[in-house]
Amino acid sequence: MTEQFVSASLVAIWSAMGVYTVAFILFTLDLAKRSAGDAESAGSTADSSSTAESLAFERAAASESSSGRSIGGQLGNAGGITATLVRPVEDSPAPKVYRLERVAFALTGLAWLVHVAAVLLRGFAQGYVPWANMFEFSLTSSAIIVGVFLFMQFWQNLRFLGAYISGFALIVLGVGTVNFYVDVVPLAVPLQSFWLVIHVFVAVLGTAFFALGAGLSITQLLQSRAAAGRAVGLRFLQTIPSADKLETLAYRVIVVGFVFWTFTLIAGAVWAERAWGRYWGWDTKEVWTFIIWTIFAGYIHARATRGWRGSRSAWLAIIGFGAVMFNFTVVNLFFKGLHAYSGL
Amino acid sequence: MSRPSDHYDSAPAKRDGAIAGPSLGPIGYARFFWRQLTSMRTALFLLLLLAIAAVPGSLVPQRSSDPNGVVQYTRDNPTLAPIVDAVQGFDVYTSVWFSAIYLLLFVSLIGCVIPRTAHHFKALRAAPPKTPARLDRLEGYASVEVGAGESDAAAAIDSARDILRRSGYRVQLFEGQGGDFSVSAERGYLRETGNLVFHTALIGVLISVGIGGSFGYSGQKVIVEGDSFSNVLLSYESFLPGRFFDDSVLEPYRLTLDDFDVEYEQQNRNAYGQPIDFTAGVTTFQGGAEAGVEREIKVNAPLSIGGNEIYLLGNGYAPVITVRDGNGDVAFSQAVPFLPQDANLTSLGVLKVPDALPEQLSMRGFFYPSAVPLDTGAFTSNYPDLVNPVLSLQVYTGEPRLDDGVYALDLDGLTEIAGRTAATPSIELRPGETADLPGGAGSITFENAAPASAAGDLEQSVPRFASLDIHRDPSQGWVLLFAILVLAGLLTSLFIPRRRVWVKAIDSDGGLRLEYAGLARGEDPGLERAVRDIQQRHAQRLGLRVNE
Ligand code: HEM
Repeated sequence: MTEQFVSASLVAIWSAMGVYTVAFILFTLDLAKRSAGDAESAGSTADSSSTAESLAFERAAASESSSGRSIGGQLGNAGGITATLVRPVEDSPAPKVYRLERVAFALTGLAWLVHVAAVLLRGFAQGYVPWANMFEFSLTSSAIIVGVFLFMQFWQNLRFLGAYISGFALIVLGVGTVNFYVDVVPLAVPLQSFWLVIHVFVAVLGTAFFALGAGLSITQLLQSRAAAGRAVGLRFLQTIPSADKLETLAYRVIVVGFVFWTFTLIAGAVWAERAWGRYWGWDTKEVWTFIIWTIFAGYIHARATRGWRGSRSAWLAIIGFGAVMFNFTVVNLFFKGLHAYSGL
Repeated sequence: MSRPSDHYDSAPAKRDGAIAGPSLGPIGYARFFWRQLTSMRTALFLLLLLAIAAVPGSLVPQRSSDPNGVVQYTRDNPTLAPIVDAVQGFDVYTSVWFSAIYLLLFVSLIGCVIPRTAHHFKALRAAPPKTPARLDRLEGYASVEVGAGESDAAAAIDSARDILRRSGYRVQLFEGQGGDFSVSAERGYLRETGNLVFHTALIGVLISVGIGGSFGYSGQKVIVEGDSFSNVLLSYESFLPGRFFDDSVLEPYRLTLDDFDVEYEQQNRNAYGQPIDFTAGVTTFQGGAEAGVEREIKVNAPLSIGGNEIYLLGNGYAPVITVRDGNGDVAFSQAVPFLPQDANLTSLGVLKVPDALPEQLSMRGFFYPSAVPLDTGAFTSNYPDLVNPVLSLQVYTGEPRLDDGVYALDLDGLTEIAGRTAATPSIELRPGETADLPGGAGSITFENAAPASAAGDLEQSVPRFASLDIHRDPSQGWVLLFAILVLAGLLTSLFIPRRRVWVKAIDSDGGLRLEYAGLARGEDPGLERAVRDIQQRHAQRLGLRVNE
């Protein structure tokens, strides 16, 4: 039984990677096309969920360039007093829908379903959570990152990050499967704990939000370069939100990641107390978790410090995510410490 | 909000006299310095500096977490190591420079939090500020023109106040000079409260960690099946007291290790022999109690007793070895813990027999629970359980150093009488076997701990040991409490919006104009919607049919 599940999981992994690859190519083509200024492919449909939100985000702009809209009222029914509402409206164009992007997004959704199936199969095969070694961690974390990206669309249109996310997931999944694959083995004794489920899972959630935040911050930097006339050839930037809006979005995403990371840090300390007899011992992994936490605390402060908004805080977000990646790769593989569970 | 003057929401600082250096007295300097230290920029700088300062401790082994790594590093880098040591590179997290950074950060934090707390207490009692003269520049601005006078301005504002108050706003009515009425409302004070709780709890974490480290202790004990441990200083193998440790906190109790069970994977061929469970069965005796209580210690499940937490951190084999000296007297007879070197528990151990006559003896060698011969003639172990236990010892005469512990043997001044460089090869023993030492120096017996077992069943022939960490940390609970407050404060401060909302009613020739607007204090993406919601509920309350 286990064997069938394991091989089915592998088949699912490779299939997901195939579909992610196609999605990545289409996302990239879409951006290239937008850079070529091909506006014809854009059918324009109002996207209700994002309009409502963008009202809030463009509020500064709105109150500056407001053109009052007032429609006279007819008399109401008896008893009701008629009144007329005047609310400034912005002249923001309805968000465009890019066909290629749509297809790529749908494919990402499809790949994700297959990916999730791979995660579940691996979990069923071994009878415990599929994130106890480096391979499984790559498998599950990439699924969660894509999942967060997909579900984020209910809140905001972030599809312009599709190439970044699908490319990222593809690399994590590919490298994890090709270089770090390990067979199903029983769970190591120190990992036999409820905290493995919660601590690691929340760490991955935090990572997913930081990944999106970094993507937004990178785009923000590109956007502000474009505004300064230094991003020649990246005309797709004209089709995505402004640097200011990207910065606000990045902040809101990263703050969620930060809460998850804080929880991870505390839960890790609680677990370390149970398993190793001390809640904090400056083990390499603990050190890096602390460094990452401190960088993002710095990021949040930077956003509240005059002179540090904009590109500087964006760099901090990117460095912070760089540290997350470093923690997951270099620290896991090359640094000595108690967290020696890469399974290799 | 009494935030640091370089906070994004503060008004830009006036360039006042404080910058003009020469005219500053000492107090002026102190104030200038203090303002710098408690600014947002300094906090940011120190936070980033702290992150950077933490990095070296992950690159160089640390005495606190990896003492053997430090020894190894010193051996591998004989020129670099003294330099690293001189800058406290092996003790980064207790070093002067690391401590300086976090202490400065916390001074800055305290300097920042105290005035803000005072200010916040006042703000909690103060009424919302006066309604601005013009609302149309503010967020979510909307106005409603009500036709010929049904509802008068004061009544309209009264009901707006009601709605706002019910939505959790603190409200204050104002009457403008132009005869307009308005309500000024503010909510989300919890945001600032959360922020203050967060920062204060960080101080709490730091202090309770410090207290725990000063009053607590940690010790290690290696205990062989059948042996017992009493909670007195002398029974600890190693003991690390905090600065203010006082041995009166050692509560009297005793425990015996009845058995140590390990379960190995037998089905999965990819993980054959992987341990899947460790259980130490112990009997504990509280105080002077005669009757014991049977308990278990497992990895991830420490035992709480007498103010201590007892953790299971390691295990291995402890062959029972008897040494008779040249005179035929028993000079040594006990279980000797051998330290595991690999997953199949090839283990390394040392015996020192200073009481042997006429010549003192010492031995060093390997224990293989499931020995298989290698091509070289040496052994290795291919399974961690006792399938074919073999003990292989090199034997030395001469006076052994005793001050370097029970796991190290300094060969200086010793003569090998059995082993690679001696005429006699290493002594190889299976449970129950005895071998004579060359030159009449005596004999060694590898005792079978379960002689009554069926022939060929060696499963119980060698006892196991458990290595226990025994801790007392009186402030651990406090650390957790403050950590939870940190998280709670963070959630509150990041996700509760602080906002002001105003509703103004202006009589305009026979009719009435209602104005609505809001102001965010900090990140508040939902403000626009909130203002709109207030406006709609207000319209409903007034019975207005609003056309857009
Ligand atoms: C141990 C050092 C510190 C850490 C880890 C830290 C962390 C944080 C975090 C995570 C936040 C965002 C969450 C919240 O608002 O509760 C924050 C906000 C804030 N911190 Fe700190 N902080 C530290 C020191 C300081 C210091 C020294 C100051 C004063 C200069 C300060 C002033 C502030 C202010 C004013 C905010 C609110 C920011 C805003 O308006 O968005 N913090 N801090």
